[in-house]
Amino acid sequence: MADIQLKDLVKSYGPTEVLHHIEGDIKDGEFIVIVGPSGCGKSTLLRMVAGLETVTSGEIAIGGRRVNELEPSARDIAMVFQNYALYPHMSVRQNMAYGLKIRKLPKDEINRRVEEAAEILEIKQYLDRKPRQLSGGQRQRVAMGRAIVRDPQVFLFDEPLSNLDAKLRVQMRLEIRKLQQRLGVTSIYVTHDQVEAMTLGDRLMVLNGGYVEQFGTPIELYDRPASMFVAGFIGSPAMNFLPTEISAGHATLPGGGLLPVASSYSGAATLGLRPEHLNEDENGPIAIEIDMLEQLGANTLIHGRLHGTGHSITASVPGHANDGIGSIRRFSAAAELTHLFDTGSGKRLDI
Amino acid sequence: MVEHRPLTAFLTHLVLILGVFAIALPVWITFVASTHDELRMNQAPLPLWPGEYFLANMKQTLFGSGLSGTEQAPVWLMLLNSLAMALMISTGKIAISLLSAFAIVYFKFPFRMGFFWMIFITLMLPVEVRILPTFEVVANLGMLNSYWGLSIPLIASATATFMFRQVFLTVPDELLESARIDGAGPLRFFFDILLPLSRTNIAALFVILFIFGWNQYLWPLLITTDTSMTTIVMSIKQMLEAAEQSPQWNIIMTTALLAMIPPVFVVIAMQKLFVQGLTETDK
Ligand SMILES: Nc1ncnc2c1ncn2[C@@H]1O[C@H](COP(=O)(O)OP(=O)(O)O)[C@@H](O)[C@H]1O
Ligand SMILES: [Mg+2]
Repeated sequence: MADIQLKDLVKSYGPTEVLHHIEGDIKDGEFIVIVGPSGCGKSTLLRMVAGLETVTSGEIAIGGRRVNELEPSARDIAMVFQNYALYPHMSVRQNMAYGLKIRKLPKDEINRRVEEAAEILEIKQYLDRKPRQLSGGQRQRVAMGRAIVRDPQVFLFDEPLSNLDAKLRVQMRLEIRKLQQRLGVTSIYVTHDQVEAMTLGDRLMVLNGGYVEQFGTPIELYDRPASMFVAGFIGSPAMNFLPTEISAGHATLPGGGLLPVASSYSGAATLGLRPEHLNEDENGPIAIEIDMLEQLGANTLIHGRLHGTGHSITASVPGHANDGIGSIRRFSAAAELTHLFDTGSGKRLDI
Repeated sequence: MVEHRPLTAFLTHLVLILGVFAIALPVWITFVASTHDELRMNQAPLPLWPGEYFLANMKQTLFGSGLSGTEQAPVWLMLLNSLAMALMISTGKIAISLLSAFAIVYFKFPFRMGFFWMIFITLMLPVEVRILPTFEVVANLGMLNSYWGLSIPLIASATATFMFRQVFLTVPDELLESARIDGAGPLRFFFDILLPLSRTNIAALFVILFIFGWNQYLWPLLITTDTSMTTIVMSIKQMLEAAEQSPQWNIIMTTALLAMIPPVFVVIAMQKLFVQGLTETDK
């Protein structure tokens, strides 16, 4: 087990820089999720930690030891790939034992570890099958097993669940979390799925275009998103953004409504409102002209436009609703649940 | 497409049966000829049913001096020579092609693609085209009348290199990365992962190359002067011309029959892998 430091990490392919000065301290035993849209550099960052990509500049340290120049096998890590990358011609047992065999562990020690991992992952009955004779979920378990038997300091996961169907994904997600807690191994997990990120991670590193937008706990990211990008990425349905003018603790909405905000800022800004933080209020300043209702059973999503303007806005109300298209509902929001962002840079305004 | 009209069924069967007949008839006649004595084979009409000299012909062909009145090596020695040549050519070609494809796909070195195209261009230079310079080289190296001389000039193979390159390109990068994390070096990756994954392709290529090697005619004819190095394919031709008297068809056909056995055996033994290797695409 070990902590990981990323210091001023840069990755370029030729002249194009794809990761820009990444900083991050990962504590021993932590489960870190790197999340962001596809193409933002998540896999590249993970593969640099694994040693599969070279470091252009900066430093990666695992357990206080600089690993930039070390081969993947010397870094004491294990990686689970999106397509599992099981050796197709080897049985499950051989797949799991291969790395240990190369490390010249004694036979009975290898067997003991393989059996133990197979026990944990409930794949004992498949040990002598070939990967192609297994379902996606079972292959996923074998890939995990191969990581576990190595007893590494760090687990690395690159979108390991994205080839599974939705139901299995939820189940495996929980199992990965439980397993990581049980083994206490420092883990970095890459995904583009914000729900997966929120449920798995002790802390989330949100990447966008090669920059770290924010690095914090899921609750920090939800409560105090550092930028419009994070605010829009974390939480479902996504946060509403409205252009406003702030003065004297109030935001002037497009169309004229006045909404109190917890900020002494004054000037133009982008106001962020989560759909679930809009409360029905007959005299509220936010008037939504309904375009569409999305009935989810426990709650209803009201999609519409801010009355009299073209700004689309979504609200989530508990229970069922049967308002007609075009009718108007009014909402307000608690001042401490509003978010203000600089319209130009998208950064959070914290004053 | 599956059709169920009787006429189509009849026609397709007819064509197939004619095809089988066209291929099987000469083989049958060869077999029949190997079961009669010399006398019967020189009378018209040619026999269509087997006689009783099969074992005698076999014995004379394999272990006797073969054709009477010539200075030929016994046919068992020719079979051995052919076998040695075909095996050396096929395994040599496969080994060298595997290694060069491995280098070209998995290593970055200067002029990598240059080397690849250089190998590729040799496709245009089969042994028949470069026969004089190649003969010169082999002669200078003192490899005339040897197994090395028979096989080495035929070993370098662009087709096989190209084929293995394609095979290796279908192996997902993650397997290599996985192996690197497991601590496998390049050679270990090659032997533990790449070779087993290319098993069927190797088998398919082996069948093709074995037959290619077995059927070599011109090159062996050129570089073997010693009768103890004669290969079976070239000897069949020589048998036809060698004798001053009328050809001993029974012996010649027995030799031809014997010459067919090893390739047929290789095809049958490798059939399953061969078909897999030519048809299966995913790894
Ligand atoms: N080998 C490479 N050569 C050039 N550009 C690359 C290479 N690998 C990745 N990239 C680029 O780096 C960026 C990040 O890629 P990646 O880390 O795979 O994204 P993610 O995993 O977040 O979807 C992408 O814009 C991609 O085009
Ligand atoms: Mg990726």
